[in-house]
Amino acid sequence: MRVFAVAEIKFGELDPVSIELLNLANSIKGDGTAEAVVIGNNISNYAEELAKYADKVWKIEDASLENYNPELYVDVLFQLFSKEKPDIVLVANSSRGSEFAPALATKLNAPVITDIVGLDTSNGIKATRYIFQGKLLVDILVKDGETSVFTVRQGVFKEGSEVGGEVVDAGIKPSITPKREFSQIIEPEVGEVDISQADIIVSVGRGIEDASNIELAEELADALGGVVAGSRPVIDSGWLPKDRQVGISGKTVKPKLYLALGISGAFQHIMGMKDSELIIAVNKDPEAPIFGVAQYGIVGDIFEIVPALVDKLREIKG
Amino acid sequence: MNIIVLAKHAADPESEIRVSQDGKSVDERGLVFDINDWDRYAVEEAIRLKEEHGGEVVVVGVGQTEDTLRKCLAMGADRAIKVPVEPGMDSYQTAMAVKEAISGEKFDLILAGLMSQDYNNALVGVLLAGMLDIPFATAVTSIKVEDGRVRIIRELEGGFGEENVLSLPALLTVQSGINEPRYVSIMGIKRAKSKELKEVSVSVEGGYTEIDRIYTPPVKKAELIEGSPEEVAEKLIQILKDRGLI
Ligand SMILES: Cc1cc2nc3c(=O)[nH]c(=O)nc-3n(C[C@H](O)[C@H](O)[C@H](O)COP(=O)(O)OP(=O)(O)OC[C@H]3O[C@@H](n4cnc5c(N)ncnc54)[C@H](O)[C@@H]3O)c2cc1C
Repeated sequence: MRVFAVAEIKFGELDPVSIELLNLANSIKGDGTAEAVVIGNNISNYAEELAKYADKVWKIEDASLENYNPELYVDVLFQLFSKEKPDIVLVANSSRGSEFAPALATKLNAPVITDIVGLDTSNGIKATRYIFQGKLLVDILVKDGETSVFTVRQGVFKEGSEVGGEVVDAGIKPSITPKREFSQIIEPEVGEVDISQADIIVSVGRGIEDASNIELAEELADALGGVVAGSRPVIDSGWLPKDRQVGISGKTVKPKLYLALGISGAFQHIMGMKDSELIIAVNKDPEAPIFGVAQYGIVGDIFEIVPALVDKLREIKG
Repeated sequence: MNIIVLAKHAADPESEIRVSQDGKSVDERGLVFDINDWDRYAVEEAIRLKEEHGGEVVVVGVGQTEDTLRKCLAMGADRAIKVPVEPGMDSYQTAMAVKEAISGEKFDLILAGLMSQDYNNALVGVLLAGMLDIPFATAVTSIKVEDGRVRIIRELEGGFGEENVLSLPALLTVQSGINEPRYVSIMGIKRAKSKELKEVSVSVEGGYTEIDRIYTPPVKKAELIEGSPEEVAEKLIQILKDRGLI
């Protein structure tokens, strides 16, 4: 198999997911090749780094590729892939990758499967992904298509070994004028509390039900000497400020204690807190995926557990 | 501004989810359906843009979407198009069905939810943009209409955003939190009854993929702490003490 991985450069650095894509490529290529594509301006250093893990690295360099633009990405990748005819194209399931990959697939007339966590090429092509926010897994067979496109979940294919390949200039330039223009990057909001520095985090999810119940979490955080954070729906509803969001589009935290209250444990949330030293989850659903990352779990109602905990902690403190 | 919004009648991931006997589909009994959460934000955004700039909001639903389409009309959409095709998990077929169903429509903007809450493919929007060959952006958290263009902010990782300007017509997929979706009022429901809900039949071909197996993921289970709330609290405090956390 000829497997191509599209590298991702973010804020001047090669995103580790690029190596993960190559790890996957190497594990499924059989007697074929794992090849990387890197797109941008002044990208030789990234190409060299990628070449450690790839049989070949294709450089697509142009001043107009300085900033990510999905139309230009689709245009240059289409030029390369129409010529090289890969069997499989791997793209990061990132804010960028998940945006341009489906458009690339339509242009290539190729099947596309997103957010995969497994890919088996031993007998046809079979991809594995989660549905229902992590509650079920599904194996999907690719029926036909010369090239298949997959977006790959980050953090899954961390293991791999070095290959040592060559870097070539693909000699490709953008051939279109995009209808979308980049204007600027917008920095995250900063608030008074930096949850990424906290030792103890009481984190609430949609299970908290209402803004007025945040107080309950605050009492517990006070009693523990910690801070309150939340999952995305809590922030979307305006119950906590944006800088308290834990997860892939919020903050990454690594406290000594992460108490997850009424949080289901969607992958986008878990990515932001899985490296906490101790994770304790309270959820009324015994099947909630959060119990897969927590060391301790309580299957129960936060409106019963939390007040009991606050009472006991206050007793101790006197 | 003529806006087309895509709305899916989707299963709630919090409902009881079981795999069917055949191991290839999800048992519909026990599932609770409602408007897909991300689409709710898309419909709200479309209505706001219309309130500001005039025009029409047409909501399109593929599959058994009648309840959801009625809800969108009650929120303030002007008319609805139902496309009675059952593409299941195949986003390509859904996008094809929408493309055909809207072939006679004039639009400046198409809005869709970033993904569906049941299958989480995040595909239909961008596939449709690709099929229509119009500019697109995903995970959009702000939309401002300028002269024949839209200025948008889309979400990146880690709290960062990215501002872009797209020429119209364009397709945007909307991220949660972009607005606060309105509740459906009784008046809205009454008014919705007289609005047009048209059925458009289309035929979609094969699709590229086939479901092999659906199954429950093996989970590394947390050690469970059981007992009354007081007992649980007691045990938790012991764990925290042992680790020097209190
Ligand atoms: C591109 C993208 C980026 C995202 N970024 C993030 C991110 O940064 N952070 C993030 O968190 N999410 C993010 N999400 C959203 C994510 O997919 C989930 O939707 C979200 O994490 C769910 O939050 P939740 O667990 O609070 O809510 P739900 O999934 O609704 O879960 C609520 C849980 O509470 C439990 N519960 C309800 N009532 C009680 C009670 N009384 N007692 C105990 N338990 C109760 C329920 O059993 C359920 O498990 C992102 C999604 C996308 C597509």
